[in-house]
Amino acid sequence: MSADLTELYQQVILDHNRRPRNRGKLPSANRVAHGDNPTCGDQCNVYLRLDGDMIKEISFDGSGCAISQASASLMTTQLKGKTGAQAAELYKNFHEIVTTGKEPEEISDLGAFAGVHAFPARIKCATLGWHAALEALKSDPTPTTTESHTD
Amino acid sequence: MPTWPNVRADFPALHQLVHGKPLVYLDNAATAQKPQVVIDALSRFYERDNSNVHRGLHALSMRATDAYEGARARVAKFINAADPAEIIFTRGTTESINLVAASWGGANLKPGDVILLTEMEHHSNLVPWQLVAQRTGAKLRYLPILGANVEGGLDLAQLDSLLTPDVKVFAFTHVSNTTGTINPAAELCAKAKARGIVTVIDGAQSIGHMPVDVRALGCDFYAFSGHKMAGVTGIGALYGHRALLDAMPPWQGGGGMISNVEFFTSRWKPSPERFEAGTPNFADAVALAVACDYLDALGRPAIAKHDSDLARLAYEKLSTLPEIRLLGPNASGERSGLVSFAFTDVHAHDIVTFADEDGIALRGGHHCNQPLMRKLGLTGTTRASFYVYNTADEIDVLVASLRRTLKFFRGA
Repeated sequence: MSADLTELYQQVILDHNRRPRNRGKLPSANRVAHGDNPTCGDQCNVYLRLDGDMIKEISFDGSGCAISQASASLMTTQLKGKTGAQAAELYKNFHEIVTTGKEPEEISDLGAFAGVHAFPARIKCATLGWHAALEALKSDPTPTTTESHTD
Repeated sequence: MPTWPNVRADFPALHQLVHGKPLVYLDNAATAQKPQVVIDALSRFYERDNSNVHRGLHALSMRATDAYEGARARVAKFINAADPAEIIFTRGTTESINLVAASWGGANLKPGDVILLTEMEHHSNLVPWQLVAQRTGAKLRYLPILGANVEGGLDLAQLDSLLTPDVKVFAFTHVSNTTGTINPAAELCAKAKARGIVTVIDGAQSIGHMPVDVRALGCDFYAFSGHKMAGVTGIGALYGHRALLDAMPPWQGGGGMISNVEFFTSRWKPSPERFEAGTPNFADAVALAVACDYLDALGRPAIAKHDSDLARLAYEKLSTLPEIRLLGPNASGERSGLVSFAFTDVHAHDIVTFADEDGIALRGGHHCNQPLMRKLGLTGTTRASFYVYNTADEIDVLVASLRRTLKFFRGA
């Protein structure tokens, strides 16, 4: 296996792909957004419970490749407890990591995605969940419901 | 195998290393590689004959016109059309179907009319019909697929009851780009024709892979692309029955398609010019004619057998992989030259990225077949598709690569 591929599929990514965190609908969500990657058909829903500007709870579901699923899973662990502004800042850092391969200065699991930069076609996989989360933050409040969200 | 001992030497793109490994090109359903004779024909046209066609009175323009109209006649012969005027050059299958939907559909469909499609259509034989349905008030109806993995192809038992008097057009794919199903096109056309229903065949995956005879098929329209049959990109054609073409309005206006223009009105030329507004893609058409010659020299019945044999072999070998879900006809069924498969636990894009590291070109995703994928409960599949230069050894390379990938993700 090539060094690039080992770098792309790091342990952190494989772990999140095998055992996704915060996967499933969030019954208490008051924000929800759907992300599509039209080139491959991958989909990701992100559910948030916002309290003021603070992300109190976050989850995701959908289907996609190891990169998109692991990225969405890791993202939920990073965004919980953050404000909208902090989330946007984190995404900026993450985007920098996946497009340039530059490891973050602070120690962060997000650095596991640095290998994506060598596979430009996969950058959209890594950012799919993040786009949905940022959309959800901007979206109108949805009544809390346990009904399924369909597209 | 090999069916043709030296055929690989004809295709320069095959002879390269990808990530240090010999290229194994198994993405032919997306686009095929080009033989040197086709590449040379394109260069030669630009080096020697390039000039705009029609109306030109100088030597080069006459040569270019002869070459372009010669290409039309060659393509007509390739699919056994009765008349070269029944061949309209387009950018490819998608544009050909858009032409039929916009021109024939726009002029003939009324509110309440039904457009019958099948559940295995590529987006290119689905979205153009959605557009014309929105414009005219016609409705879409679908002939369902049969089996959880489409192993039964189309559910032909339902066809008679779906071909109701309000159906005006039946558009279907000859060969599915996602399942490898070969539809009984002649039978489908005959049933439609008996009820006065216009038929449109999406030939993107059948042209260049099997003998195609539009008169034997009995279709009204047949749409195809050049680049999937060893021709270059940007050129394809629409075959249309002369009687229908002559009654159809233009779909694009411009030079070349008029017989007379006034400030407020114009009159049109007959087919094919009526449907070829603007400077046509004559250079690529000339190269397409050479691709027709190339394929006929190999022999299309032999190509069909070669591709199907490889796909059946691949199906058989892939079946041994744990937790694989294979789409389309089962092991003994008639199958075109492709195999599409999914694993419950490893996504198609991860498979394709790993295969690429081994020099193997595959395609992963929904294959422009999203409604079918949803119906099958899939987001995508991995597809290996074969052409004249592929070998049984390459299937072994593929299967070995897939085993390594599965081991990596499953950690077993």
